[in-house]
Amino acid sequence: MSESKKQRVLKISILRFDPHDPEDFPHMETFEVEEADGMTLFIALNEIREHHDNSLKFDFVCRAGICGSCSMLVNGRPTLACRTLTAKLDEKFTLAPLPLFELIGDLSVYTGKWMRGLNERLETWIHDKEEELNVDKLEEKMEPALADEIYELDRCVECGCCVAGCGTAKMNPYFVGAVGLNKIARYQLDPRDKRSDDDYYELVGNEDGVFGCMTLLGCEDVCPKDLPLQSKIAYLRRMMLKNTL
Amino acid sequence: MRKEKIDKTPARLDFLQSFTGLILALFITGHIMFEASILISNEMMYKVTIMFEGYYFFGEKYPGIISFLAAAISVIFVIHAGIAMKKIPSSYRNYKVIKNHIQGMKHEDSSLWMVQVITGFMMFFMGSVHLYIMMSQPSDIGPFASSSRVVDEFMGPLYFMLLISVVSHAFIGLYRLAMKWGFMEGKNTKVSRARFKFLMKAMIAIYIVVGLSSLAKYTYIGMTHDFSDGVKYKSQTIKMENH
Repeated sequence: MSESKKQRVLKISILRFDPHDPEDFPHMETFEVEEADGMTLFIALNEIREHHDNSLKFDFVCRAGICGSCSMLVNGRPTLACRTLTAKLDEKFTLAPLPLFELIGDLSVYTGKWMRGLNERLETWIHDKEEELNVDKLEEKMEPALADEIYELDRCVECGCCVAGCGTAKMNPYFVGAVGLNKIARYQLDPRDKRSDDDYYELVGNEDGVFGCMTLLGCEDVCPKDLPLQSKIAYLRRMMLKNTL
Repeated sequence: MRKEKIDKTPARLDFLQSFTGLILALFITGHIMFEASILISNEMMYKVTIMFEGYYFFGEKYPGIISFLAAAISVIFVIHAGIAMKKIPSSYRNYKVIKNHIQGMKHEDSSLWMVQVITGFMMFFMGSVHLYIMMSQPSDIGPFASSSRVVDEFMGPLYFMLLISVVSHAFIGLYRLAMKWGFMEGKNTKVSRARFKFLMKAMIAIYIVVGLSSLAKYTYIGMTHDFSDGVKYKSQTIKMENH
């Protein structure tokens, strides 16, 4: 790389709105930021907050694609800001908060509230049907291949990208989204969870669950963790159908 | 945990939509190819026609078989359309939501779904017209009768729009079926999906070219043939006793 290479000046348009300020209304605001080598959106947004406007709201915790806090729309597509290199984007691009989730302000949304509701609704924990918890009991052994398969699905960080990228979820606010279906697939695989196929059917065997999915595959294509969502939803669909035969 | 019996209907409806769609798509892949026999020769198209009328099985033509087939396809078509209606945005609010979503996402598979909605809606009407004519006039199929229908009865424009919509709908539908149910899913699902998508695009291109070519041939015959003898085709090799 040549020393004299001129850095680009990024023109970042951000959808800004503070729902708690009755005077405010949603509007676009453009900031100019000089690009640096290896710059991520996380770095660019901090530049803006430091040098342009300290009132800009956005979420970050881990900066490494693990916590799932920094999901936002980049040019209309949901993704994690900390894993998006500005070099991969044009000079001008837009940022907006994830739709469907409660807006805290600017780019900050309350995904946690939605996810908690989902987890309570789908009861995403092991149901062992034992009356009393026995902490001394040894856990049953599991095949490493199965453990790997479950672990693969457990990598979900609940960032909300699959929900924001889902046309079905946009039209049906009760739809569980790929995040919910993935969790059911995960617990269904787990031999420690003693729920029957009928129990799972009761949870997602309807149009707010797997049979509402219209296979637009937005979830599969935007998932920042590359979870096998298309394949797992297809698996659930087959399993649910088999259960009705 | 569970107290009541599960409602199996959502699963069955979803399967029935997929299954009827699969039958219709497979039917269409055969239909367009058989119809393209006109590209080989008038005689070839005539032979294909009388084959479906049972000539090679019973030694005589029974156009009623065509009526029966058209009726069977109509029933499947109505079931498929009826269940698929659940997926079509039924309010302006939902239509606006999905349109904005698809425009914002710039995501191919989401856009393909919109193509399915539009082409499916078009076929509610155009497909019905075509199926009804096949049911009511089953004996008017042949190199000259079909050409006359295309040109003199102005079916050409309808066939043109029907061809474009049915070919797109069928192959996009088959691709989406594979994704929906995990059909022939490879170890790396991203690779198998890319292959299915390539196949889908190739088949759409092939079928539109073949379909348009046969439509052009029927139009050409319809415009140049002298119909003063009627629209029945007289075969040089097959002698019908009753003709």
